[in-house]
Amino acid sequence: MNTFQESFARAMQLVADADPLLFSIVGRSLAVSGLACLLGCALGLVLGGWLGVVRFPARGGLVTVLNTFLAVPSVVVGLVVYLLLSRSGPLGFLGWLFSFQAMVFAQVLLVLPVCTALTRQVVEDAEKANGEQLQSLGAGAALRSLLLAFDERYALLTVLLACFGRAISEVGAVMIVGGNIEGFTRVMTTAIALETSKGDLPLALALGFVLLAVVLALNAVIALVTRWRGAHAEGVVLAGAAA
Amino acid sequence: MSGWVQLKGVDLRYGAVRALQGVDLAIACGERVALIGANGSGKSTLLRVLHGLLRPSAGSILRDGGLRQAMVFQRPFVLRMSTLSNLALALWLRGVRWGRAKELALAALARVELSDVALRNARTLSGGQLQRLALARAWSLGPHVLLLDEPTASLDPHAKREVEALMADFADAGATLVFASHNLGQVKRLATRVIYMEQGRVLADLPVHAFFNGPLADTSREAELFVKGELG
Repeated sequence: MNTFQESFARAMQLVADADPLLFSIVGRSLAVSGLACLLGCALGLVLGGWLGVVRFPARGGLVTVLNTFLAVPSVVVGLVVYLLLSRSGPLGFLGWLFSFQAMVFAQVLLVLPVCTALTRQVVEDAEKANGEQLQSLGAGAALRSLLLAFDERYALLTVLLACFGRAISEVGAVMIVGGNIEGFTRVMTTAIALETSKGDLPLALALGFVLLAVVLALNAVIALVTRWRGAHAEGVVLAGAAA
Repeated sequence: MSGWVQLKGVDLRYGAVRALQGVDLAIACGERVALIGANGSGKSTLLRVLHGLLRPSAGSILRDGGLRQAMVFQRPFVLRMSTLSNLALALWLRGVRWGRAKELALAALARVELSDVALRNARTLSGGQLQRLALARAWSLGPHVLLLDEPTASLDPHAKREVEALMADFADAGATLVFASHNLGQVKRLATRVIYMEQGRVLADLPVHAFFNGPLADTSREAELFVKGELG
């Protein structure tokens, strides 16, 4: 048996046995990226929705900067957060460096521009197509942003998925600000990097499979929800309207 | 009749394009005005200016701010929610409490015979049903002035008749009606006054009888060709 087959078989065994080490790392990864996604997307949806409907002189420049941040390497974000949280940095008083909070903070900064830029695009397209009709009904910018985001909720679900994918698959930022401390800040990606360098390919592979499985499961859920909505073409009845 | 709106020398530019050029007109309350002209003649832009959705680049608009206005678009936008919620939302946006908005929405749906699709996703309605929903939405707001941008374009003859009947109901109830249309039969049936536009200019502004039966060549050669079906 070659190394890959052997590693693959042992990796499957680890997953099948629900290896405690494996699943503690997976749980931490999901907690960090899930919380970062929740916070980053909550802010990103609001900012993106707002940017999608408002017009002001510096808006073009702001959108360009925002789109540039889509391509920021995670190690750069990690470095910036490291400098912010280091003892001599402006946020050093928080004492977050090499902690769960530091990893969440870094991933929020990674997710925020992605969510904001993609939401802005979705809402802006909807605003161009239908904004004036909502305006004619009396909806101001804030309400139009909210209503158009609500109307494009399935497109925005994909945005949320992209954000979670960005968070859970990055290694640079969490490595720098988390420190990859076993049982404390070790997450899937940092563990894969470490185990690969140590030559423990089965654990690295097993973590890789779980990472893929998590993203696959999320994709499947969104596809099912979208298909279900299509099949059950009943309208959303706003609170109490059916009564 | 008292005046609803008066435009003086209104210009509107989209970049280098002059969508409206020196438009002067006044519309009195209770009038039924049809805007006709070829595609790109400025009808939709003028409707949007009248409704306050677009601000002119030059000229002045005097509007009676005490009159409620509503506008129905060629392809009405509905949110991905029930027909009832879409209608109630329009009322809620005008400050009606949600519970009361639902009651009024149900009454408006009954008026346009859409009660049976009240809980259906509005995105699944047919073109005719959507246009009736848009009219119900406008009706529920109790407008003094109703603006319609080609409301029956791309509808089948049956749906066209239904929508026209609702438009006539609005007018009979005393609302001022301003609508853009390519359908000259519809203009004859619904309008009392016709404004013919070309390249952003008003080339003819006549009572409907004079427009269709008078010697148009004296007023506008282009309008005459348009009526004959040789233009646009």
